[in-house]
Amino acid sequence: MSTVIGINFGNSASSIAVATADGKADIIANQDGERSIPTALAYAGEDEYYGGQALAQLLRNPTNTIIGFRDYLGVPFEKIDPTSAGNGAKPFNLDGKVGYKIKRSEDKEEILTIDEVVSRHLTQLKLSAEDFIGSSIDGVVIGIPTNFNEEQQKALVAASEKAGMKVLQLIKEPSAALLAYTTNVNELAKDKLYVVADFGGLRSDAAVIAVRSGIMTILETAHDYELGGAKIDSALAEYFAKEFEKKFKSNPRNNHKSITKLQAATITTKKTLSNVTTATISIDSLNDGYDFHSTINRMRFDLAARSVASQMTTFVENIVKKAGYDTLDIDEILLVGGTSFVPKIAANLEAVFPESVKIISPATPKAIDPVDLIARGAALQASMIESFDEAEVKEALQPVIVNTPHLTKALGILDAEGKFVQILRSEAATPVRRSIKVAAPKGDALISIYEAERDIKETTVEQAPKEEKEEDDEESDWSDDEDDEPEIIREKIFVPKAKIADLVVKDVSEGATIEITIDINKNNELQVFAREDKPDATVTKVKI
Amino acid sequence: MSTIVLPSANGQSTGATGKFSEPVRRPVEPVGRYFLAHAARSIRGHTWSEYEQLEAAKNAKLVDESEDNGLDLDDEQPEDLLTHDPREWKTADLYATLGLSKYRHKATTEDIRVAYRDAVLKHHPDKKAEKGGIDQDGFFKIVQKAYETLMDPIQRRRFDSVDKNADVEPPVIKSEYDFFEAWGPVFASESRFSKKQPVPQLGDKETAKADVEAFYNFWYKFDSWRTFEFLDEEAPDDSSNRDHKRYIERKNKAARDKKKTDDNKRLLKLVDRAIGEDPRIKMFKQLEKEAKAKRKWDREADSRKAAEEAKAKAEAEAKAKAEAEAKAKADKDGKKKSKEAAKNAKKKNKRAIRGSAKDAGYFGDEGKAAAIDAEIDLLLGSFDDVTLADVAGAITSDAKAALTKAAQELISAGKLPAASIKYFV
Repeated sequence: MSTVIGINFGNSASSIAVATADGKADIIANQDGERSIPTALAYAGEDEYYGGQALAQLLRNPTNTIIGFRDYLGVPFEKIDPTSAGNGAKPFNLDGKVGYKIKRSEDKEEILTIDEVVSRHLTQLKLSAEDFIGSSIDGVVIGIPTNFNEEQQKALVAASEKAGMKVLQLIKEPSAALLAYTTNVNELAKDKLYVVADFGGLRSDAAVIAVRSGIMTILETAHDYELGGAKIDSALAEYFAKEFEKKFKSNPRNNHKSITKLQAATITTKKTLSNVTTATISIDSLNDGYDFHSTINRMRFDLAARSVASQMTTFVENIVKKAGYDTLDIDEILLVGGTSFVPKIAANLEAVFPESVKIISPATPKAIDPVDLIARGAALQASMIESFDEAEVKEALQPVIVNTPHLTKALGILDAEGKFVQILRSEAATPVRRSIKVAAPKGDALISIYEAERDIKETTVEQAPKEEKEEDDEESDWSDDEDDEPEIIREKIFVPKAKIADLVVKDVSEGATIEITIDINKNNELQVFAREDKPDATVTKVKI
Repeated sequence: MSTIVLPSANGQSTGATGKFSEPVRRPVEPVGRYFLAHAARSIRGHTWSEYEQLEAAKNAKLVDESEDNGLDLDDEQPEDLLTHDPREWKTADLYATLGLSKYRHKATTEDIRVAYRDAVLKHHPDKKAEKGGIDQDGFFKIVQKAYETLMDPIQRRRFDSVDKNADVEPPVIKSEYDFFEAWGPVFASESRFSKKQPVPQLGDKETAKADVEAFYNFWYKFDSWRTFEFLDEEAPDDSSNRDHKRYIERKNKAARDKKKTDDNKRLLKLVDRAIGEDPRIKMFKQLEKEAKAKRKWDREADSRKAAEEAKAKAEAEAKAKAEAEAKAKADKDGKKKSKEAAKNAKKKNKRAIRGSAKDAGYFGDEGKAAAIDAEIDLLLGSFDDVTLADVAGAITSDAKAALTKAAQELISAGKLPAASIKYFV
């Protein structure tokens, strides 16, 4: 058995994971004990630093510290966003590609291409993993954003091979995160519609993913390069800067060192605030020799971060709209990325989405650390395909296999009251087979197969029913206030549109159940089987 | 699930009435095992049932390669099991379903896997259809349920807890049986429920007392993992009637608790009965009784011995005392006698000495007879007892020489003045 790992290579942080024997995955900490390893490389003289150590160099050695470089890989220089390099080394145009000038000594300057930088970073990750596992790494699965183009993918594979790791597969970050989450709670086989919202340090990504019979389909993606944890950091840093200015009449924003110090301390404070309600910040000699010491509570933090948090909520709302869905259609929202730790984000989403939508934030019981999700998913995938031949994996990734027909509408039956009962949800990938069991009346039972469309029913309720008020004692104070306004109840309903087939199951005995199976084969032929749920029952079937 | 009710047919006939909307092609995410299964199916163009069969065969091959442990599976399942209603699978004998009725709770997961593969090959609906049998898959469903249940350690424990076919009944009360043959298997079967392993076993006639005691101690403190969830009434799995669901759950919990208490009671009763019938316990009791009697005897022997010793000592003391008294008396008597004898001898000797001169005719000097007698008296007064006896002995041969010698000795010893003796010089 070969040793394979999963890597999450982010703009601001990376992580490594390895699959365990029990079918789950573990995050590997690097030599400094960092589970989430800052994506940073720094050079001082002959030495190379990476991770947290490199990030620490940002204060004194900014021009030789490279940060936020993931998105530069495989992209022409004209198209990059130079702001993501932050306070670190500035990228320059190296024959159309991104390059860095690093001063190794007084008179020696090293030119690094972006490919070289990525490869060195991956090498460091590989060394950490090898240190942990104790054997050399044979293969790796790396998570990539959904909008990584061919060039970027090629460049990443090349950089990884150069680092000595064979890329078994590149998988999309939201799918990796969802795989890790659903595997952990054992819900992959359940049909659900997810929104995977990845709030990173520098950018935010979201994807609407339908899971049908364990197969995931990305229906819509969205990206925002401006939105990220760095925004929250700067908002909070600005809050502290103002406070400092007011106290000492000294502006810390003009000085590079002061800004870096303030940012570093702000990040720590933000992380603390995500877990507890009050936090302190304390910086020695922030500016003009003044020490800065202050406390902040969760409420002030929420205020400072309010605009960014609400932008993030809108971002998630928009992707649902863009995908053509209603908020009621979404079953779960999975929060990924370090910024998801900010409690305000999950709270905002809970307020915007209906109660039926489950928000999986770090506060959710059994939730995995959102920073770990992608690496874990990649590790799981790596362990799954590890046993296959390279050719087999390649074949499986062919468009002819990956591009599969998806149902556009839900398929189901009508029950005795004429209500539509879903058997196959829309967006189910075919070939597919699904069975349900239903109760049947005595005598002959009718099964009508219908195709249905989802509709949102809005009912206006003038007055809340009185019984309800008595039941929830705790909330009665609140519901009293709301009773004055007419309440609009939104419901998801299915409207049967087209009848596809009728099946009559004859001579059903009293109290019997009938098993209905819908089977769509690769030739797009739909077959329905119905039979009484007892031994030697005759099967009624219809082929379309 | 069962809340969905189908309408009755009203003259409709089976048949297609329309087409479903044309599906759209979209890329699926190439991650997860379901995708890999999908890819495998698509690459090889398998249908669902073909794929299932292939997977089963593949698993079987894996098992085959890994080992051939010579599992002794049942050749055939009993008829009533084959026709068992799959909806009532919980009441079926799941081990017998997989042909593991000889192993039951002792079967390893590997055994179960091997047995399942065997059962799948035998009972898969496609296989049956091939043979021209009627299209029935009821038993196959039970096989699958059995496999699912027995492969899940928690589910398997629950089933093992209520697997009546693995229980060994204790012998009928008041019937003739060999205690060890009848009870050994009972305890062996009960011991599968123990949280602590290994469990001490009944043993035989020769088992040491400490072991027997440890055995019964263990069984009186038996810690069982037996649970009764398997017999739960199934709660409806829908959110529409939560109260009803909770009611069922409560009822189940109460029933489980009761069954657990009953089971513990049953086991205690069983152990009580066993300990009552155990010939070893009877033997140990008898032995103990004897030992007790012996101990009592031993304990009393000491005091008995002490009493004897005391008596002997008293006797010896009395005897010694009497002897001492007698001796003292005898001594006293002897002294008196010898004193008298000595006195008499002295008198006799004196008389003899006194008379010796007269007998010898005063040695020819009759004229000096009075002086001689006076000198003899003087000598006799000076003689001690020894000299007296010596002289008395000597005078019989030559009285004058003996008396002269004695007188000279007395004078030389300074006991008599030389002037006083005139004759015996």
